[in-house]
Amino acid sequence: MDVALIVRVSRFFAEAAWVTVEISVLALALGLCVGFAAALAKVSDRAVLSLPARVYVSVFRGTPALIQLFIIYFGGPQIGLQLEPFAAGVLGLGLNIGAYMTESIRGAIVAVERGQSEAARCLGLGHLQAMRKVILPQAARLMIRPLGVNSIALIKGSALVSAISVVELTYTAHRFISSTYRPFEMFMLSAAFYLLIISAASHLIRTLDARFALRT
Amino acid sequence: MQGFDFWAVTEYSDVLLAGMAWTALLTVASSGLSLVGGAVFALLGLSRSRVVRMPTAFFVWLFLGTPLLLQLYLIYFGLVQIGIDLTAFAAGVIALSLHFAVYNADVIRAGIVAIDRGQHEASRSLGLGLGQTMRKVILPQALRNVTPALGNNMIALLKESSLVSIIGVMELTLSAQRAISETFRPFEFYIAAGALYYVLNAVLELVLRRVERGTAMTR
Repeated sequence: MDVALIVRVSRFFAEAAWVTVEISVLALALGLCVGFAAALAKVSDRAVLSLPARVYVSVFRGTPALIQLFIIYFGGPQIGLQLEPFAAGVLGLGLNIGAYMTESIRGAIVAVERGQSEAARCLGLGHLQAMRKVILPQAARLMIRPLGVNSIALIKGSALVSAISVVELTYTAHRFISSTYRPFEMFMLSAAFYLLIISAASHLIRTLDARFALRT
Repeated sequence: MQGFDFWAVTEYSDVLLAGMAWTALLTVASSGLSLVGGAVFALLGLSRSRVVRMPTAFFVWLFLGTPLLLQLYLIYFGLVQIGIDLTAFAAGVIALSLHFAVYNADVIRAGIVAIDRGQHEASRSLGLGLGQTMRKVILPQALRNVTPALGNNMIALLKESSLVSIIGVMELTLSAQRAISETFRPFEFYIAAGALYYVLNAVLELVLRRVERGTAMTR
């Protein structure tokens, strides 16, 4: 164990860890937006809405995230979409996790008792109003935990963007492994940062869950 | 902006199909090993001895909290440091197996804990040893209960296996990359690779559903 080396390089790892946090947070925001839209479309009675949502979820859950990322970053320019690695990373990770979040959100929506939506409709609320004022407020409290699981998976999945040369934690670990020939030290250093980020995220999710989750 | 040429894909269909076969092999081999590893980690984690339990818990915590890609780098580049020089394929199989063994261990442990204690006591009083009890009474029941969850991990493994392309294993993703380096058509070939993964995924789901129906306990 070369402690002096670890101290010397840890600054680069801390900066890289911040990039991992940034890209995860942005992808999370995108994933939540896409996930909500797709989940609402998927529970709709109209095939025009539910069919595209079903195709989206099936395609993005049925293929590797790495391939999706490569299509966006390397294939994008062919369809006129030229993105920086960071932006391509956010888009790829966000669309990928969005498909998993769609299922988490949809699961929470259908878990709210059917009688609730019937009662709301009987009281004269429209479909959208019933959704917004009766179903979603209850469903939101049920989806904290599954969305939390998705978010943790997203943080670990963010390592993939190192393959399109975003300088985040895994990329930095790889770079220093090749230049120092100290793989175990570099692995442990990067692992420490990942564990720190993931512990903080899990703590946040647990707190939110304890505060807001619907007890059944 | 250049036009598309999906016909180029057909010229490389043998390369892509060979890559697909390697991905299938990688998935089957790693899944098998990750099931065995998962059962081992689960049993170690349930051990009565602290000396066994603590290191297992640490290892599981470390592997659950870090990305697969990082683990892959550790195993492929890291083991060389202590004199173990693995081929890319071997490193890929080991990394995928260990990574998913940890996930499977979680599932299997939950399955074991859910089995009624009476089963354990009955089998011990019939004279079976601890190992025999686990192997012949507890595990067969526990595994049947958690087949769907283990199946989900296997499906995740299929998709994550694309990562080993990064250390140079010639599976589906790297096969597509090789074709791209000759044709400069990333869009077409990554779409084609994605479609082939989708097919593998659908086939695996079909097989797993069969297995689930075969092993489900009638309640």
